[in-house]
Amino acid sequence: MVSPEPSIAAYDLLRWIPLIPLLVSGFNLFFGRALGKQTAGALAVAAVGASFALASYVFWQLPARGIWRDMVYTWIESGSFQVNFSFQVDALTAVMLLIVTGIGFLIHLYSLGYMAHDDGMVRFFVYLNLFIFFMLLLVMGDNLLILFVGWEGVGLCSYLLIGFWHHDHNNTIAGNKAFIVNRIGDLGFILGIFVLVTELGRQGIWTLDFGELQTHVKMLDPATITLITVLLFIGATGKSAQLPLFVWLPDAMAGPTPVSALIHAATMVTAGVYMTARLHFLFALAPATLALIAVIGAATAFFAATVALTQNDIKKVLAYSTVSQLGYMFLAVGVGAFGAAILHVFTHAFFKGCLFLGSGSVIHALGGEQDMRKMGGLKAHMPVTYWTYVIATLAIAGVPFTAGFFSKDLILWQTFSHGEMVLWTIGLITAGMTTFYMFRQLFMVFHGECRADDHAKAHLHESPAVMTLPLMILAAGSIFSGWLGAPEYLWGNRWDHWLEPVLGAVEAHHESVSTEIIVTLITLAVVVSGFLLAYVKYGKAGTSTEPQTGGGVFYQISFNKFYVDEAYDLLLVRPFTVLSGFFARVIDPWVIDGTVNGVAATARGFSNVWRFLQTGNVQHYAAMFLTGALALLAYFLGQL
Amino acid sequence: MVPLNYYLILSAVIFAIGVIGVLIRRNLIVVLMSIELMLNAVNLTFIAFSRYLGSVEGQVVVFFVMAVAAAEAVIGLAIVISVFRHRQSLDPQEMQLLKW
Repeated sequence: MVSPEPSIAAYDLLRWIPLIPLLVSGFNLFFGRALGKQTAGALAVAAVGASFALASYVFWQLPARGIWRDMVYTWIESGSFQVNFSFQVDALTAVMLLIVTGIGFLIHLYSLGYMAHDDGMVRFFVYLNLFIFFMLLLVMGDNLLILFVGWEGVGLCSYLLIGFWHHDHNNTIAGNKAFIVNRIGDLGFILGIFVLVTELGRQGIWTLDFGELQTHVKMLDPATITLITVLLFIGATGKSAQLPLFVWLPDAMAGPTPVSALIHAATMVTAGVYMTARLHFLFALAPATLALIAVIGAATAFFAATVALTQNDIKKVLAYSTVSQLGYMFLAVGVGAFGAAILHVFTHAFFKGCLFLGSGSVIHALGGEQDMRKMGGLKAHMPVTYWTYVIATLAIAGVPFTAGFFSKDLILWQTFSHGEMVLWTIGLITAGMTTFYMFRQLFMVFHGECRADDHAKAHLHESPAVMTLPLMILAAGSIFSGWLGAPEYLWGNRWDHWLEPVLGAVEAHHESVSTEIIVTLITLAVVVSGFLLAYVKYGKAGTSTEPQTGGGVFYQISFNKFYVDEAYDLLLVRPFTVLSGFFARVIDPWVIDGTVNGVAATARGFSNVWRFLQTGNVQHYAAMFLTGALALLAYFLGQL
Repeated sequence: MVPLNYYLILSAVIFAIGVIGVLIRRNLIVVLMSIELMLNAVNLTFIAFSRYLGSVEGQVVVFFVMAVAAAEAVIGLAIVISVFRHRQSLDPQEMQLLKW
């Protein structure tokens, strides 16, 4: 029963949600090896399960209690500036909590099967639990600094897990790339925090607390707010893989597949969207930034989708698809539809998690093969994986009454009703491309003849139950999770109503229901044509023959990812390396070391002259003493 | 009566002999004796001024100086004996361990 006056002790519950995974992570770090990898893994799964149970309880009680707060201790106190280490759960956080712990739990469970043959399984679960801890800090912190700690922490775990198989040097490079690109974004993010704090401090308000920020942020002048939001958004482009900082995410697929599903699809990369939604009161005051976000989001969605059209690596397709879907989320943020963005975060976590885990199941069955040209015909061998994959594909394509249909449609509709026709068109085309590349993947992997070599063919098997069970749950979520955000002409949007305490009431649309239905039908038409195109090109033919070298100009551009990596390499990395080399070979040894050593050498030179005064002979000292006394005497006599 | 200047000149000469002795002699005992010379030169000056000014204060100071000089001689000679036992030499030129 809900008690009307909740006790303080009940609020202390909140800190345990992130604490349990942290404790288990630490425990496994020291004792995991002794426990054996199955036990350690089970413990890690149980920890996230416990967090999920607590989160569910918090979620359940939320409507009655309003906001949960748990103040652990005062972290920083300096004059009137105070930062608490405290947690807060409101409607928005509750949603993120359920995503992080719920999807996290399923993916932990899946990892038990996926990593069963890996020697580093204990280390894997240590990292994964640590990631859950930091992600929970990120979504539960009640001020920007805690959010930032979580933000950096998940970046660290992402780096550790991308380079998990560090014996392959390429994986380490991919990890470094993710870390460094994220640093660029994080620089913007922390600068944004600095400007926000100091500018508010100038007005006499020293705070980072979200609640207080919301009350006082109107004191800032618009130009400052624009600056702050742009800087914060730069942070979001890094973490959430938007143009121009998206390059790390496709490479991040070097990590184990559950990591790709959890960190690089369902949770961490959506942190940028969460951050903008959390600070919606700030972004809402900066229309210029919102316009920029909308454009970047739409451009990213479109760009990544075009690249995904031609990739042959099963995970690369999904990675670019993730970038593209994140673009949709930022498009929604950009048109001010924060609720729609979070809904897409929610649904995307299900269907993209399902897709990644499905691809992991396929890779697992084929003994590590990721090239879709060497797959095909797996439908018969892996029925559960196949059907869950189909459902998730339908969801991401936006087939009616699946999750993706509601969330993506909501975003497109919001864009349309805000009068952003160009962005809407881009989003529409992207929806078509999404359908095309997803069905292309489905056909290449599961239909037609099996193109795997005989050795792999002999080992083909459906994955064990710990892997298929999460798939089935996620597939169910891929259908039903979107139903909360249904348009008005169906059964109404519960989602925005739920988030209303945080994001404020959604402004009523002036367009008629018929317009909305027509827009939806247009989207559907594009989606269907995308499907037909994929069917004609890849499905009907049975086997797929991808041009290895040829293809048109556009094919080559898309296949080579618009040469973005090469361009960055040429324009940024190489000049930077050359500059670093210059500094390492010239500035450092000559200027820096030269200065330091020069100072020391000067001192030594002078000492070399003067130290010979120290003869050690008492009589010499006495003579100098006398000289000094005589000099003083002469001086005072002169004064007379 | 012998004029004050004579005493002062004599005192200065004795002091100078003492200083030179401290600076140049190669035997620690002689160096100590030279220090005694310097002290007594100062004493002489005090006495002369005491007499000249008709005040006893100068003589009082001289007693203090003599007491300190006696103590200094005791400690100085003790050190000298101890040094000699260690090094079989009293040449200050050879005692220069604390140099560059």
